Amino acid sequence: MNEAINIVILLFMAVAVIGIVRSRNLFVVVMLTGIYSLLAATIFVILDAVDVAFTEAAVGAGISTVLFLGTLALTTSEEKKPVHNAWISLAVVAVTGAVLIYGTLDMPRYGDPAAPANHHVIPEYLEAGPEKTGVPNVVTAVLASYRGYDTLGEVTVIFTAGIGVVLLLGHWRAHRRRDERTEEEA
Amino acid sequence: MSDLLVLRIVTKILMPFILLFALYVQFHGDYGPGGGFQAGVIFGAGFILYGLVYGLDALRGVLSSDVLRAGFAIGLLIFAGVGVAGLLLGGNYLDYNVLASDPVKGQHLGILLIEFGVGLTVASVMISIFYYFAGRGR
Repeated sequence: MNEAINIVILLFMAVAVIGIVRSRNLFVVVMLTGIYSLLAATIFVILDAVDVAFTEAAVGAGISTVLFLGTLALTTSEEKKPVHNAWISLAVVAVTGAVLIYGTLDMPRYGDPAAPANHHVIPEYLEAGPEKTGVPNVVTAVLASYRGYDTLGEVTVIFTAGIGVVLLLGHWRAHRRRDERTEEEA
Repeated sequence: MSDLLVLRIVTKILMPFILLFALYVQFHGDYGPGGGFQAGVIFGAGFILYGLVYGLDALRGVLSSDVLRAGFAIGLLIFAGVGVAGLLLGGNYLDYNVLASDPVKGQHLGILLIEFGVGLTVASVMISIFYYFAGRGR
């Protein structure tokens, strides 16, 4: 049953990507990327990664779409005709894709009990996590406690992104306001 | 600001539910799916929806960009501060065991605090990015 659902969703994702590549209307492209993220979130739910699915749906399908639309309002919603040769791009993408698929051949099968991921520290986290941290959701326990440093790093990245936007775009606003004021005085 | 009455009324009705859901995701992250990242994004999305429908000036009246800038710094400081508190109480950096008399309670408190810091930073950064992007066009 899961196999069939997976195939259908992956097929939809492929269709969405083909639509993104072919469409010249950027509004359509933004909507399709949102749909693609929502489909990816569904895949994560099937893989039992509910927390990741939640983030994908909220960030990928939600906020990103809004920010893309905000950008389109500033620019234009029609993509220019490409000047480079499309066949070279297709060849590069095909080769990269083939290399990536070749790389997955060495990976253990999904859910393989002998996979290194299921042997290293995971069993300890799963068994001792809820008692040691008092948090029943193991994902939260790992994210906030066992891997606190990583999460601190992630929050710092988001903080830096915010600072970057404020410095780049906020300065521009202040500058313009000052210009307007000097013009009024003159 | 949007002139569509239906859009404005529906936004007004939805706002409290979106924010309440964000708080639920934030504080229920210990028990179910969710946590600071997701809650921050949902909280930010609520305000962005308000800004889209009622205009940037109305949003600025609710949350000024100074408050947001303070928000994302304070969120990160809470996270890093919990780590320093662990150091001061005799543990390692980001070791929550020492935060309360009982290690499990300490872990719970530490996780709750850092998740709050994450949520605050994520929500403020999301709304800020929207602010500056939407503000440029005018």
